[in-house]
Amino acid sequence: MGKLFSNKTKEVFVGPLNKNNPVTIQVLGICSALAVTAKLEPALVMGLSVTIIVAFANVIISLLRNTIPGRIRIIVQLVVVAALVTVVSEVLKAFAYDVSVQLSVYIGLIITNCILMGRLEAFAMSNKPWESFIDGLGNGIGYAWILIVVGFFRELLGSGTLLGYKVIPQAFYDAGYSNNGLMILPPMALILVACIIWVQRARNKELQEK
Amino acid sequence: MENFASILVKSIFVDNMIFAYFLGMCSYLAVSKNVKTSLGLGIAVVFVLFVTLPVNYLLEMYVLREGALSWLGPKFATLDLSFLSLILFIAVIAAITQLVEMVIERFSPSLYNSLGIFLPLIAVNCAIMGGSLFMQQRIGSQLNGMGDVLAYALGSGIGWLLAIVGLAAIREKMEYSDVPKPLRGLGITFITVALMGIAFMCFSGLKI
Repeated sequence: MGKLFSNKTKEVFVGPLNKNNPVTIQVLGICSALAVTAKLEPALVMGLSVTIIVAFANVIISLLRNTIPGRIRIIVQLVVVAALVTVVSEVLKAFAYDVSVQLSVYIGLIITNCILMGRLEAFAMSNKPWESFIDGLGNGIGYAWILIVVGFFRELLGSGTLLGYKVIPQAFYDAGYSNNGLMILPPMALILVACIIWVQRARNKELQEK
Repeated sequence: MENFASILVKSIFVDNMIFAYFLGMCSYLAVSKNVKTSLGLGIAVVFVLFVTLPVNYLLEMYVLREGALSWLGPKFATLDLSFLSLILFIAVIAAITQLVEMVIERFSPSLYNSLGIFLPLIAVNCAIMGGSLFMQQRIGSQLNGMGDVLAYALGSGIGWLLAIVGLAAIREKMEYSDVPKPLRGLGITFITVALMGIAFMCFSGLKI
């Protein structure tokens, strides 16, 4: 076990969660990160799907890395990713139909999610399967936590619910509190991600741009 | 004619790819540092959308949807291949981008020099894939026939072009402003896009 969790693999896993986060630092996979976060539930499902797909696509490409000719690697990567996404999308349609309707085209768009191509190109093509798996897991979770934080605040402030359950007591509404309808609209997702970036860069000075 | 105009205006302003659906956001944020390159990328996106969407539309109508294969004979009339649509759409997009790149290189070297570097990028641009998937969803309800699909493709492309050129122009001016340090670069760009999105929302009740 000691060999499986060496310092390097730990770094590969922890890096993407904070200082090398795919969404806020590498600026990958923004489209879906913003579009599915109006409610917490689709954000959770999307985060989970992307994590699974990145991890397994990384393993498959890493296993094939020595046999893929350099010139057609993009096409091979796209086919592997498209196959995995099709599987996930059919599973969601079968077992979580309501969520798959809410996510609509964004499940299909995981294919063109830059996190996938980015990780496959930058990591899986030059590393062993186990490290690639951990890297995929780390990046998937790094992506998922941003989605979950944004989804949490948008659903809480926009609809007063979490996962569909009412959390803001009726007494608040009686006292004049009302839901912020702006939170449900697309632009607020951008502003919330900007806030996450702000906090993250204020705490880590070396991440700031000139 | 009125129908085409309404689809065109609706897809440029109301259902804007960037501000309503966040499609193509990665290259949108990465390439919007100056107006000239962003104009090049925008034109390339319009071009590729305008070519790939009709092809994917034919694919959907005559190969993928339930009963689409009935032209092969009654045996195929009940076949539903729609689970293959993701793989086929991305294959078409990748192939056509490659093709477009070669055609442009052959017939217009000057256009190739200005668009060339962006074309491979576009194969994995969510705006193209998203355009195809939205078109697939809306066949029958909003898009009937090839003319509508062409208008939709053109409109979404122009909407994307408008958004990226607008952001690039703002970012060029923003070079001179004093932004708080942690927000510099990515953070303030996000907030700018959000404000542009709120501005674009005033089109949402538009009816033509």
